[in-house]
Amino acid sequence: MPESLGGIGVGVGIVVGPLVRMSGPPELPLPRPVGDRSTEVALAQDALATVAAELAARSAKASDSTGAEILDALSMMVGDPTLGEQVEDLICADTDAPHALHAAFEGYRELLTQAGGYMAERAQDLADLRDRAIAVALGLAMPGVPDPGHPFVLAATELSPADTAGLDTTRVLAIVTEAGGPTSHTAILARSLGVPCVVGCAGVMGVVDGTMVAVDAEAGVVEVGMVAERQDELRARGLAVAAELAAVRGPGRTADGHPVQLLRNIGSAADLDGAVSESFEGVGLFRTEFLFLDRTDPPSFDEQRSAYAAVLRAARGRKVVVRTLDAGADKPLPFLAMKPEPNPALGVRGLRVGRRMPDVLVEQLAALAAAAAEVDGAEVWVMAPMVATTGEAAWFAELARKEGLGTVGAMVEVPALALHARQVLAEVDFLSIGTNDLAQYTFAADRMDAALADLLDPWQPALLDLIARCAGAGQALGKPVGICGEAAADPRLAPVLVGLGVTSLSMAGPAIPLVSRSLASHSLADCQNLAQLALSATSPEAARQAAR
Amino acid sequence: MAQRIVTVGSASGLHARPARLFVKAAAALPVTVTVTVAGKPPAKAASMLGVLALGAVQGTEVTLAADDDAAGQGQAAVDQLADLLAADLDAVAPDA
Repeated sequence: MPESLGGIGVGVGIVVGPLVRMSGPPELPLPRPVGDRSTEVALAQDALATVAAELAARSAKASDSTGAEILDALSMMVGDPTLGEQVEDLICADTDAPHALHAAFEGYRELLTQAGGYMAERAQDLADLRDRAIAVALGLAMPGVPDPGHPFVLAATELSPADTAGLDTTRVLAIVTEAGGPTSHTAILARSLGVPCVVGCAGVMGVVDGTMVAVDAEAGVVEVGMVAERQDELRARGLAVAAELAAVRGPGRTADGHPVQLLRNIGSAADLDGAVSESFEGVGLFRTEFLFLDRTDPPSFDEQRSAYAAVLRAARGRKVVVRTLDAGADKPLPFLAMKPEPNPALGVRGLRVGRRMPDVLVEQLAALAAAAAEVDGAEVWVMAPMVATTGEAAWFAELARKEGLGTVGAMVEVPALALHARQVLAEVDFLSIGTNDLAQYTFAADRMDAALADLLDPWQPALLDLIARCAGAGQALGKPVGICGEAAADPRLAPVLVGLGVTSLSMAGPAIPLVSRSLASHSLADCQNLAQLALSATSPEAARQAAR
Repeated sequence: MAQRIVTVGSASGLHARPARLFVKAAAALPVTVTVTVAGKPPAKAASMLGVLALGAVQGTEVTLAADDDAAGQGQAAVDQLADLLAADLDAVAPDA
C-alpha cells in the first residue's frame, strides 16, 4: 500500500530508490544455557572469522593506503588467535557465544583503556568490533552503514560521525532518519554532501529493506511503495530539480547585485577536482591538517610547499584562505607530543600550539609563502585557528608577514575575539568566523554531544549577535568578515548572515548552488530586514520563523 | 629457552603500523614467541590485542622469549623479531 511519511526536509532534490536500513548495535539477549559446546564454539569462531574477513576485504578494496592499513589492523584484532582461545575457554565454562564474545572483547577493552593515550582511543574500535561479532553470532545484520552493492536510500534512527566517516556518496542517494532535527549531525552532513535528506521522519525504520521509496527533500516527504507510473513521475521531477540547480551560475550576489563571495571548504587539492568552473570564486577554508595526521614527524618544508602549490594551482588565481595547523589534545599529532588534557576543547589547541612550539608554525608559513611565490597569480590569505586575544592575533600577523604573506587574518571561534572584533581587525586584514566552535564556546555546549544540539543551532540569536558584532567591525574598518562554519551552508540562514554584514560564505562545494539561489532571491534590503528580525528573536525557532 | 631483551625503535612505539608488521611476522613463525614488558603479563607476539595492550612506546624495554630446540628455531625466531622491534618500522614504506 503506498503511503507517505512526513519529516523535516534538508536541502533539495527528489530521488527514487530502494531503502536499506542501518542496523544499530545488537542488544545482548539474556544468557542461555549452552547445549553442544562444539556447536557453540563454532558459532563464536565463525562470527569472529566473518567480521575479520569482511574487514580484510574492505581493506583490500580501500583506495587510500592509510584506510587500508587501519582496516587491516582492525581485521587482525578481531582475528587475534588469543581472543579466539579466550572465547573458547568461556564457552567451555558454559557461557553462550554472544556473552563469551562480549566478555572476551571487554577484557581487552579494559586493558587498552588502562594503557592510556593512543591505546585508549583504540578501545572504541574494540567496542565496534565486539558489536559486529555479536550481531553475526545472533544472526543479525552487522551494525554500521550497509553496503548492498547498489545505490540506495539510507534509513537510520540517527547517524553519528563515526557511522558517516567515509560514507560512499556514489551509493547513498538520500538519507532519511527517524530522529534528529534541522541541525543534527545527519542534516549537517547531508547539506555538505549535497545529498537529499529528511530527518525526524517517524516510521521510516518500519519500512522493509528493499522497498522503493521517493525522498523529496524540499517538501520533507518520503513516499513509500509507489506504483511504477508514480516512480517515473517522481524521477522526472527529480531530474528537473537537478537541472534547475545545475543552471545556477555566476558569482554569489543578492537580487539587487550586492556581491557575496561563495567559497569552498577543502582539505586538499583533490577536493577541487572538477570544481573550478566559471562560477568558482575561491577557497574560504583550506584545512591543512591532512598533511600532518598519522605522522610521527612533521612533513618537510618541500612536502608542504608542493602540497600548498598544488592547491594554489588548482584554484587558478582565485583566492585561497589557508588555515594554519589546527591540532591539539582534541586532534592529537604524535610529533607534537601533546599531553592528554582533562578538557581538550579548552586546552592547548590551534594557535595555542603554535605559541608553544613556533617552529612548526613558522615552517608552515614559510612553505606557504614559497608556494605562493612559485605559482603565478596565486592569491593567498592565511589565518590562524583558536585565537583568543588581540595580542595573539597581532603575534600571528607579525609572524606571517615576516614570512612574506600579505593578507593575514584570524578565525573567530572564541567569544572573546568576537567581543573585541574591532581591536582585532586593527591588527589583521580579515576575520573568518568558525560558527561551530563559536557556538560551542558561546553556549558552553560540547559540539560532539548530540544531546546539546539545540544550543549549537546556528540560528541562536546570541550567536547571530556575535556574528553581527564581527561583521559590523568589518564594515566600520572596510575589512572582509566571512563565515566558514556549518551556518554558511544553510540556504535560509544565508540572507540573514549577509544582512548582518558578512562578506563571504564558505561551505562544502555541493551546498553552494542552493545558497546561491537563496541569495539571488533576496535584495540586500530584504537581507538586512531579515537579519534584524532574527536578531530580535528570543529563540532559534522564533528566529527561523521571523526570517521566513 | 631462547631470550633477548630489546628496546622498541619505532617512533610511534609498538602500535599502529609497527604493531601490524611485528604481529604479522610473529604469526608467520613456526614457534610461539612471547613478549613481556615490566609490570604487565606476557603476551603472545602473534596476538595483535596482546601486543597493543602492552602499551610499549619508543624506548620501552621488551623481553622476547621462545622455547628453543636442537635446530635453533626458537633462537632464530627471537632474533628475527628482536631485529624488527629494534628497527624504526615507521620509516618502512606502507605495504597496503
